[in-house]
Amino acid sequence: MPISSDKSGLKVWQRRDRNTQLLVWAGWLLGTMVFLYCWRQISDATEWFFVWDAPRIAADIGDRALPPRWAYINSLWEPIWDTLNIATLGTLFALVLAVPVAFLAARNTTPNRYIIRPIALLIIVSSRSINSLIWALLLVAVVGPGVFAGMLAITIRSIGFCAKLLYEAIEEIDQSQVEAITATGASRWQIMAYGIVPQIMPAFAGISVFRWDINIRESTVLGLVGAGGIGLQLQGSLNTLAWPQVSLILLVILFAVLISEWVSAKVRGAII
Amino acid sequence: MSRSSTLHADARLEDLVGSKWQKPPFITSSLLRWSLTIGALVYFVVAISSLDVNWSRVSEGLDRGLQFFLGFVNPDFTSRAVDIKEGLIESVEMTIASTVVGIFISIPIGLGAARNIAPLPVYLVCRSIVAVSRALNEIIVAILLVAIFGFGPLAGFLTLSFATIGFLAKLLAEEIEDMDKVQAEAVRATGSRWTQWINYGVQPQIMPRLIGLSIYRLDINFRESAVLGLVGAGGIGATLNTAFDRYEFDTAAAILLIIIIVVMMLEYLSGIIRAKVQ
Repeated sequence: MPISSDKSGLKVWQRRDRNTQLLVWAGWLLGTMVFLYCWRQISDATEWFFVWDAPRIAADIGDRALPPRWAYINSLWEPIWDTLNIATLGTLFALVLAVPVAFLAARNTTPNRYIIRPIALLIIVSSRSINSLIWALLLVAVVGPGVFAGMLAITIRSIGFCAKLLYEAIEEIDQSQVEAITATGASRWQIMAYGIVPQIMPAFAGISVFRWDINIRESTVLGLVGAGGIGLQLQGSLNTLAWPQVSLILLVILFAVLISEWVSAKVRGAII
Repeated sequence: MSRSSTLHADARLEDLVGSKWQKPPFITSSLLRWSLTIGALVYFVVAISSLDVNWSRVSEGLDRGLQFFLGFVNPDFTSRAVDIKEGLIESVEMTIASTVVGIFISIPIGLGAARNIAPLPVYLVCRSIVAVSRALNEIIVAILLVAIFGFGPLAGFLTLSFATIGFLAKLLAEEIEDMDKVQAEAVRATGSRWTQWINYGVQPQIMPRLIGLSIYRLDINFRESAVLGLVGAGGIGATLNTAFDRYEFDTAAAILLIIIIVVMMLEYLSGIIRAKVQ
């Protein structure tokens, strides 16, 4: 235990000994230096005149945005329906594609550990690292603007997320149940259907609802790059500086997010 | 009572003997099961029919998709190397600065949002900050902040800091609520001040989780910083957007590959660090 003596020879307990203390201090120094350097670069790239003006601008925007233009809600029903479809269909298709990928990626079910597993992991990583907005940007260029591009973007983005959580669940299953099914002389597919699937079913349901909740949030902004949904209206209102419409759309989005979070929490609570 | 129920079970067993075994359904109530299935099917049909795919446009675009795929096979790192480098460095700076600021702000808010530490008024205030931060999508916050603070990395930095607060404070508060009370009480019993109590009773318990979450958030912030540029909030997203707008798919592929590699490295690093502290 690190102990130091003060002037009168009294022993005092210390949290760390001298070397650890120095190391911690050096770590903090380095971290602070990195942070200050980053901050300075950001500050150099900023027009501070606009920043000092920001409170006035914010007050001005707030002034224009309130009260929201409630009548505009009538032209929002269709985009809301589209947004819901983008999120739900995207999640469904992603799940269909994620299940085989997850089985190929899990250590205990993969048919080949050296070729197929790395490929499955690569699919998971590349789908996860790229935000759905970037996928949407790309898909709008390929399949044209609209709900279809948004749905595909959500699908591609969700595959990695669902497959990753699912294959971790598969790797954590209780092996003795699988052995019991194998001992009855079951085939490879029967082992999967009766030994593995029942064990990961709750995790699977939880993951799907969780991802659906995230996808509702993400699909609200996909319209900014032309991929359909309520984001299209948001973009249009922002471009025409129609702030009362913007505030109404933001309220609708906030409401949708709260509802989807509530639904997902309820469903997950019922399953687990 | 128990006799009749045994009899009942016996009778049920008699009924079942000889019949083929069936897999027990996932949802036991048959009414709920069927209404869910039919509802899902109806929704699926309606949703698909409202999808409205323009197949001629899709077949036209497939050519472009192929070009993009070829871009991935043969990415062009060189012709826009300066732009890519500047965008990447700006993204990294935004990521680091916003993560640091976000952590420092989310620690007091996380303490305040833990019911076993904070009094009710503080708890409610902190929880509502967390709720607002989590409900707003990063992109929407970025649009508003760009409108208020002007184009550039400052808006992106503020957006990411704001998003970090909601994420970290919520998970930190949950960790504090789950902590072992005995240790904290032992420290309090020595007559410690409030700060000492937090520092020696609470902090050591949540530190591994805090470090793990911070690194995880660093990873998320980098990924998010790559899209904030689409709405003018600085970082590599702006370069990527320009590349897409000019149909320079090989440059776009190069940027995406760089993002994937950096994310993979960060994930690998965070795995090592998390394994070490936990």
